[in-house]
Amino acid sequence: MPQEQIFDRIKKEVTENDVVLYMKGTKIFPQCGFSALVANILNMLGVDYVSVNVLEDDDIRQGIKDYSNWPTIPQLYIKGEFIGGCDIVKEMFESGELQEMLTDKGITLQVAS
Amino acid sequence: MAISSEEIIALIKIGIPDATVTITDMAGDGDHYRADIVSPSFAGKSRVQQHQMVYDALGSKMGSELHALSIKTSES
Repeated sequence: MPQEQIFDRIKKEVTENDVVLYMKGTKIFPQCGFSALVANILNMLGVDYVSVNVLEDDDIRQGIKDYSNWPTIPQLYIKGEFIGGCDIVKEMFESGELQEMLTDKGITLQVAS
Repeated sequence: MAISSEEIIALIKIGIPDATVTITDMAGDGDHYRADIVSPSFAGKSRVQQHQMVYDALGSKMGSELHALSIKTSES
């Protein structure tokens, strides 16, 4: 699939869904420690998100890296904006910045009380 | 193929000359590192932009020989 089509598909995915996580594996069966860490953070916060398993699609696996100019997976998108990979999401979660950003953008969190 | 911490430091310093780089070998297998990078040139940049500067410095190594590199950037 030509890059333009891949970019169009990614753009559609990240704009039509509030929160999208490009990861290795799935929310329930992550297949990489870094992907698992980000997925678990989102699961813990009770965020409703779409996960895309890049292991199932080589076009997307490379395409997403070109799209964001970011060489690794996972990649988190909120309201179409690239937020970061594992390090940044973890840092933002620990500082509370991620929770703040999600609520500011109108995304509900169901943190287990 | 593993990569040495010296090589990582050298690459980062070529790309970001004023950087102070500390590498921690997380697993002893030459493949899982953590890099703490301090550089005044990060000032005014978002975390994503700062990390992209580091990835640009590492060039094609990132994602090939270097699979797992945790990055922590700060201005000072």
